[in-house]
Amino acid sequence: MILVWLIAILLVAGILAEISGRISTLWPRVISLAAVIIDFAIALALWRENSAGITLATQSEWFRQVDWAWVPQYGIHFHLAMDGLSLLMVVLTFLLGIMSVLASWKEIQEGVGFFHFNLMLILAGIVGVFLAVDLFLFYFMWELMLVPMYFLIAIWGHERRIYAAVKFFLFTQISGLFMLIAILTLYFIHHGVSGVYSFEYKDLLGTALTPHTAMLLMLGFFVAFAVKLPMFPFHTWLPDAHTEAPTAGSVILAGLLLKTGAYGMLRFVVPLFPGAAHQFAPIAMLLGVIGIIYGSVLAFGQTDLKRLVAYTSVSHLGFALVGIFAWNPIALQGVIIVMIAHGISTGALFMLVGELQERTHTREMDRLHGLWATIPAMSGVFMFFALASIGLPGLGDFIGEFLTLLGTYRVSLGVTIAAAIGILISTLYTLKVIQRAFHGPNTHQWTLPDLGKRELVMMVPMMLILLGIGLYPQPLFKTFEPAMRKLQQYAAPQPVLTVVPDTHHVPYRQDASRDDSEMNLERR
Amino acid sequence: MNGADLIAILPLLVLTAAAVVVMVAICIRRSHLLAVWLTAAGLVLAFASLWKSASAAPTQATPLLIIDGYALFYMGLIIAATFVTVILCYGYLENQQGYREELYVLVLTAALGSCVMVASNHFVSFFLGLEILSVALYAMNAYVCSRKISLEAGIKYLVLAAASAAFLLFGMALIYAQLGTLQFGQIASMLMSGVAYEKTLIYPGMALMITGIGFKLGVVPFHMWTPDVYEGAPAPVTAFVATISKGGMVALLLRYFYETGAYRLHSVFVVFSIIAIASMVAGNLLALLQNNVKRILAYSSIAHLGYILVAFLAGGNRAAEAVTFYLVAYFVTTLGAFGVVSVLSNDDRDADSMEDYEGLFWRRPVLAGIFTLMLLSLAGIPLTAGFIGKFFVIAAGTSASLYGLIFVLVVTSVVGLFYYLRILVAMYRPLAETGKTAPVAHPSLSRSGSFALAGLTVLLVWIGVYPGPFLDAIQRAVSTLRIF
Repeated sequence: MILVWLIAILLVAGILAEISGRISTLWPRVISLAAVIIDFAIALALWRENSAGITLATQSEWFRQVDWAWVPQYGIHFHLAMDGLSLLMVVLTFLLGIMSVLASWKEIQEGVGFFHFNLMLILAGIVGVFLAVDLFLFYFMWELMLVPMYFLIAIWGHERRIYAAVKFFLFTQISGLFMLIAILTLYFIHHGVSGVYSFEYKDLLGTALTPHTAMLLMLGFFVAFAVKLPMFPFHTWLPDAHTEAPTAGSVILAGLLLKTGAYGMLRFVVPLFPGAAHQFAPIAMLLGVIGIIYGSVLAFGQTDLKRLVAYTSVSHLGFALVGIFAWNPIALQGVIIVMIAHGISTGALFMLVGELQERTHTREMDRLHGLWATIPAMSGVFMFFALASIGLPGLGDFIGEFLTLLGTYRVSLGVTIAAAIGILISTLYTLKVIQRAFHGPNTHQWTLPDLGKRELVMMVPMMLILLGIGLYPQPLFKTFEPAMRKLQQYAAPQPVLTVVPDTHHVPYRQDASRDDSEMNLERR
Repeated sequence: MNGADLIAILPLLVLTAAAVVVMVAICIRRSHLLAVWLTAAGLVLAFASLWKSASAAPTQATPLLIIDGYALFYMGLIIAATFVTVILCYGYLENQQGYREELYVLVLTAALGSCVMVASNHFVSFFLGLEILSVALYAMNAYVCSRKISLEAGIKYLVLAAASAAFLLFGMALIYAQLGTLQFGQIASMLMSGVAYEKTLIYPGMALMITGIGFKLGVVPFHMWTPDVYEGAPAPVTAFVATISKGGMVALLLRYFYETGAYRLHSVFVVFSIIAIASMVAGNLLALLQNNVKRILAYSSIAHLGYILVAFLAGGNRAAEAVTFYLVAYFVTTLGAFGVVSVLSNDDRDADSMEDYEGLFWRRPVLAGIFTLMLLSLAGIPLTAGFIGKFFVIAAGTSASLYGLIFVLVVTSVVGLFYYLRILVAMYRPLAETGKTAPVAHPSLSRSGSFALAGLTVLLVWIGVYPGPFLDAIQRAVSTLRIF
């Protein structure tokens, strides 16, 4: 029941925000903030409860669930369930939700009520995506979050907002419809085999499919998630959408919407079609690597700060794709950290770019120069997150990318090397930004206000969290591990994705275990 | 015909009586309000009498009419939709000059025709129903006769509808000449036994009938009238044409092709596949080129009928359910969309240019919100009835492995998003950009109109969020269809 509340609170808050928006511009903000904070608190409480009972309840997969008949004629259930993976994603959702409400506090001045209505609806849709285990419900939520996102970009975005919003909408819609066809085909095949109409995740797992059908269906799901992720060559909506969206929109897009793609791959693509995913893995990993390098190279060529950050997302999410299709415990642990850390660091970068734009009315790097002299604190914070995002050891992103590479190494050396080169390029563009926008003489004579109280309240916790993940990621691993084991178990029939003979790695693994016992989970 | 038969066809009798009563009332005292009240009362009575005749169902009342759960369900849908149209007409006509009351007689007659169609399993009642509906529509399309465009719509519809009726009649005659029967059931047994296939005139007969049916549905290549009539007819009448006239024909299409088993003929399948694909492609692509909201909706309705045909082609109970569900969703949505258009219209012209919608959200947030929901439902986005409808259509297609058709549906429906989004973009454009600083003077929303729109919106979201009860009713209704 508590899971329904997580969504219901957001919906109610959205409606209240819309209504109260008629009276004042303050109420919608307060209501939305309160709703997201309450949800965040609930999610944290669930986490604590879960981590306390984790040793006892390792057998049951979901530690919370709600299952109501919805459209019984078609075997559709309103079935929400939470495991470690969903929990982490939900916590991230609410954290970034709080940040996006705060980030729009000053930026959004028109249509405040409707803005927060949309914001709440997106968050509700995203939470729904992370919790749904009925495939119809999943698709419902998947589509639900698109419309408010469209409005967010189309109404409150920047210059080319209509173009960006329409492009975003069309890309995600068409890929989603392919997923719908795949879901339905799977549903009818399952019915043909078992005689039961069901969209239930657990029922559909292990449905007997011919390799050919499995491959087609897998591609149907894959395309939907690849567009969201975004995977090269389906990424072209992303730079436009991110650049034109208001700050809150960019934060949610980069921090959460992209994660739904990675989540879908983890939860659905591989477990539902292990054989096909195994076959497809080399291609997926190749595309992931292309994304890593291509994203970094294009980021290096940008002069618009926001666009630059947007392209870095293509690059970072490439790691997630590579890691998912490497599909071994180390890589998967890496993926989950990449998802969370990227959400926070890129979200923060977008917020900072938004703040910069508010102050200077530009996002062009050439027009900024020597900002360090006038806003040292903000520049410092920017550098912190920029370095985090390229994987400075001690910060969250490092752990994620390092583990992903480590896991990928056991599958393919070539991919690992190429991905590592991607990291190298990312240091180049980061240095370029820092150098061109913040260092140097203040030729434009900027005199700007430095970080305010509200901005500090947003930035400091995010910095601390990144630092926390970087120094002590164990709580995340611990929460994710049971869920990961289950996922691997579902994908088990074919021992998945061990391209290199296992014996080759035995000494290496033992070495690793001595260094860091947490990294070698499969030994337990 | 005995007493039980009379009870079975009670809804039809009530509608007929209501039309007469309104006509007489106009002779005695010309009052818009009175005419509306009488019409509404007639419709409510007719709706209530559905339960009475349900007690007699299923029954074959005279050789012409079959009163079963399916017919009653569709009658209910038609009567309810007519009720909404009447409310919209009231608000719309209040702003118009000239005689207003006769429209209601026509509306009742047209509804009667549509109700006859959904209950017919005989060529005679098929044709009678169609003609009752069509003749009433000729006048309705041209009702606001001070506008040239409305007259043009009426004439166009008259000429084309008469021609298509001739095609239909010729087709029926050919089939009759070969099989010697007008009854769906008997045609079915002849098709089943294989006798019919040796007769050469069956196929031309079928082809001519499909022409007539296709015209009424407004599917490609029989769609030429749709945009012009949609544009020219007064907005509430457009709503009527889009829903009740097409809906009655869809119901008949299902019954005719399913109960005779003709949908199993390979050639019928091919023809309808081509029509469906052409409608989806042409409807969605041509809508992109339009600048007039009513014309956009017209082309979009062509595409929607194409989607319905995809489900129809899947065949079987599930397909019939999907078609019916889609139609219910389409009714609610289309009535809502044209409802918004008609409450925004004034005595001079209908609110059909894009400019009327520029920045509507900032001027009339509630109305714009309703229109947004309706457009999203047409586009098939969750939380709205259109989403569930589209889902069932795709499900029906997938279950019959019609992947080619489904693929076209998916791709074209994304193209379709484009023009729905265009209207949305216009509605949410900031006032500063549109240059309209002050609210444009529109007649304030009439109470009746807002009542109807609110009801439709609630229904739209209800069906979209909790479709179970509706699906239940539809399943029960469709199960009475004798599908071969």
